Parts: sequence; C-alpha cells; structure tokens
Amino acid sequence: MTDLTWIDATLTSARPQAVAALLRYFRDLDAAEEAFQDACLRALKSWPQNGPPRDAAAWLIMVGRNAAIDSARRQSRHQPLPAEELISDLNDAESDLAERLDGAHYRDDVLRLLFICCHPDLPATQQIALALRIVSGLTVRQIARAFLVGEAAMEQRITRAKRRIAEADVAFETPGPVERAERLAAVAAMVYLIFNEGYSAPGGEVDARGRLSDEAVRLARLLLRLFQTEPEIMGLTALLLLQHARSAARFDAEGAVVLLEDQDRSLWNHKLIAEGLALVDKALRHRRPGPYQIQAAIAALHARAARPQDTDWAQIDLLYGTLERLAPSPVVTLNRAVAVSKVRGPAAALEMIEPLEPRLSGYFHYMGVKGGLLLQLGRTEEARAAFDQAIALANTAAEAAHIRLHLDRLMRDTAPARA
Amino acid sequence: MLYAILCYHSEDVVGAWTKAEDDACMARLGAVHEKLAREGKLGPVARLLPTTAATTLRKDQDPPLVIDGPFAETKEQLLGFYVLDVAGLDEALEAARDLGRANPGGAYEIRPIALFSPGTAGAAPP
Repeated sequence: MTDLTWIDATLTSARPQAVAALLRYFRDLDAAEEAFQDACLRALKSWPQNGPPRDAAAWLIMVGRNAAIDSARRQSRHQPLPAEELISDLNDAESDLAERLDGAHYRDDVLRLLFICCHPDLPATQQIALALRIVSGLTVRQIARAFLVGEAAMEQRITRAKRRIAEADVAFETPGPVERAERLAAVAAMVYLIFNEGYSAPGGEVDARGRLSDEAVRLARLLLRLFQTEPEIMGLTALLLLQHARSAARFDAEGAVVLLEDQDRSLWNHKLIAEGLALVDKALRHRRPGPYQIQAAIAALHARAARPQDTDWAQIDLLYGTLERLAPSPVVTLNRAVAVSKVRGPAAALEMIEPLEPRLSGYFHYMGVKGGLLLQLGRTEEARAAFDQAIALANTAAEAAHIRLHLDRLMRDTAPARA
Repeated sequence: MLYAILCYHSEDVVGAWTKAEDDACMARLGAVHEKLAREGKLGPVARLLPTTAATTLRKDQDPPLVIDGPFAETKEQLLGFYVLDVAGLDEALEAARDLGRANPGGAYEIRPIALFSPGTAGAAPP
C-alpha cells in the first residue's frame, strides 16, 4: 500500500472524531469542516516526511484548531502564518494534550455531529446527504451519483440543509442520559435510512449506491464502539451486516432482483455473516429486545439456513409477531404474512394481509406479495391483476422486471395449449 | 522455537479500507503465508472479527462479570495472530518484516510461546 492510500484511510477513519471535536470547539459546522480540511492538507504535506502521528484524530484536531486560530489572527492583524515546520513538528506531548481535551467528550461529540444531521426539520434525503457529506466525508459528486441527481442539485440540497441547521438550536452541553438515548435512537434510524437508500439500489448504479451501504455499516460500527453495551446498537449493526452480506447475490447479471429464496448462497459474504451472528448473540444476552434486534434475529435465521428449505419459518413468524407488538406497522404484518404462508399456507397469509389493503394499496411490495399468494392459491386472474398493479407501483426498473417475470410465467402456465 | 506474532492495528483505519484494498492486502499476505508454509514455519493463523464483536469475562470477582467489548480500550487493537515455528528471534523478526511489508501500519508483538497445544477443534466454519 502506498503512503497516500494509508494516509487516505487514516484521514477517513479520523474524520468523525476530528470534525465532531472541532464542531464543539467552533460551534459552527462550516468552520469545523474548514478547519478539518486545513488539517488534512497539512497532514498530506507532513505525514509522508515525518511519519504518521500516534493519534491521527488528536493531531488533526490540534492542527485544525491552530490553523483556524492562525487564519483568524492573520485576517485581523495581517500576521504571517507560522512556518510549516512548527506545525509539522507537533510532538506527542501536544497530541496527549489534545486527547485529554477531547477524549472525555469524544462519544458525545460524535453523537452530536450525527444528531445534527438528523434534525427533524430536514427531510430524510437531506439528513442522509448531510451525514454522508459531513460525517463520512463523501464528495458531493459521490453523493449525487448515489441519489441519481446532478452535482449542482446535490450541492444546493446540502447547502440548504446546512443553513437550516445553522438556524436551529443545537445543544453543545454534555447531554443527560435521557437526551443521549433520544439522540442515539434518532441517529440509529438515520444510519438505517442510509443503509436502505443504498440497499434499494437499482441495477445500474450498484457501485454508487453500494457505497452508501458500506458507509452505513461503518457508521453503525462507529456507534457500537461508542456505545458498546447498547443491545439495540448491536442489533442495528448486526441487521446491516447480515443484509449487506447478501448484496453480491441480490441482483443477477442483467441487474434484475433475485429473491432471497432464489439467491446463490455461496455468494453471501460469510465474514460479515459471522460478525452479524456474533452481535445478535451478544445482544440477546441483555434480554432487552428492541426492533433492530428482532429484525437482526430474523436476518440471522435466514443467514443460518444453508438452503432456502432449511429456513426456520415458524421462528421467523414468532419474531415478526413480537415485532408487530413492539413496533406495529402494516409493513411488518406484510412481512410476517410471507412467513405465515410458509408455515400455515397461502390462504392464512392472504387473510392476514387483506385488511391492510386500504393502507398499502399504493405499495409495490404489498401488490407483489398479494399476487404471489393468489398465484399459489390458483386464483390466476386476481393474481394477474395484483401483479399489474405492482408493476405500475414499481420504484425501479429491476422491481418491475421481477414482477414481469411472474406475469410471463403465469401467461405460460395458464396458456390453453400445452405441448 | 514457537513464537506468536500478535497483530495490532487501528481498527478504524483497517475498517476504512475498501473491499478492494482489504482483498489486495489479504492477497499480499497470502503470498507471505505460502512462503512461510513452504519453509515449514507457519502454524495456526487467525484474523479476528472487530472488537465490537468481543465480550470480556472479568474473573477477578465472583461471580465473574460479563462486559461487552474488548478487554482493553487501546488506540491499536489486537486484530489477529500467527503462530510461527522458527529458529529464534532473528527469524521471527524476519518473518514479521515480510508480513509487515505486505500489511503496513500498526505493530507486531513478537512473543515466544511457553506452552502450545494445537487442540482438536477443526478449522473455523467458513
């Protein structure tokens, strides 16, 4: 690995902590980002010659802070900048100082930085874009590609989001336990949103969107390192890892969706699955179930099944039942119905989802599941109608193509003349 | 003489590698492993899951306390280890240098082994 790759990885990994600490110091997002950028430029000059500092984040915080103070001084008194060697020669004693200053607040700093991005005034897409720009350090171009919008439009979206945040009141005091728990829940939801944004990738943009899923996993691991004993953060991280593990198997060569039961399980990433299963085990030990843990436990049952027919659907049905009680939602019931159809048959499942129709009639997956159940029951005309509706509701070409496959099969199987 | 090579690296940095970078590093290490295996020096090799997957049992009290997370919060974390059968420290260091060229950054702790039992457990599940 070349020096530059190493430095790049170090800067990326230090970014959340460094920007978070600089934000607490300057209490202004733009100032914090600018100071971090400055520090990175100096790192690129200094680290190849002087070697990497022992604590990269502390170095960046210290240098970023000094650079900002220098530039303020320069603007007010036209003083020359200090010589580059002075900054580059920051020794370990100073790093230790920076660490003492920031180590105690590290956890709340990073949480605050993430929490700022999920301000309730911001629509979900802006929250995600902001977090990816500020916390993950993705370029506007990378984010724009993931959202399939132009760079200028994305730039504008991020600028607007930042302005809103600047106007909002953000507490810089150390949060109390209740506030901390609230922030953590909001941040966890945002990380899951980022993941889903990447996970629902249409075929063509797999790379750009896959990047979002990678970032979400990284942020979840970061949260878990900060909150090592939170079972729901273990659950969230496990859920993302277990779903992410399947990404190579989720689309075929043409970019069409491959359903879980049709996926080539040898393409699943078993290292990610091992990590996810380990985290589910750790979370269960706490006996404080929550929605992320239950969803992770469901994903774990899929991951543990060597073949689709080995899936423990009865257990999945039970887990969805628990999820329905903890976090009731028609989508959860819809997912449960799929498990019910495996355990008690398609009629029971159809009976379960039909009451959802008024609320889910505009939802692609509802029509897809309904069509599938009707098909199993031999009610082909009704199935065809549901599939037609699903195609009309599809969000991506891949989704539509997948339903069309069902329809084609239906046409073929119900054709009057058989060879 | 058996030596353990304990691999320490910043988990944040390793975690920031892209899959391509990680794969490239593993491929470079694989070449070194092959050489060591040919020379009959390579014992068990392990890469550990992230410290977030770790659980610690503190047994300095009764009953022992189960804690989420790694034993020690350090800047660099124990991410894996090797067992090598080499003539002495010089050879262990030479192997560590080869591994270090394939996987720069972090540190290797080279530690002589007092008791080694290869055990009966099979390879870790895939």
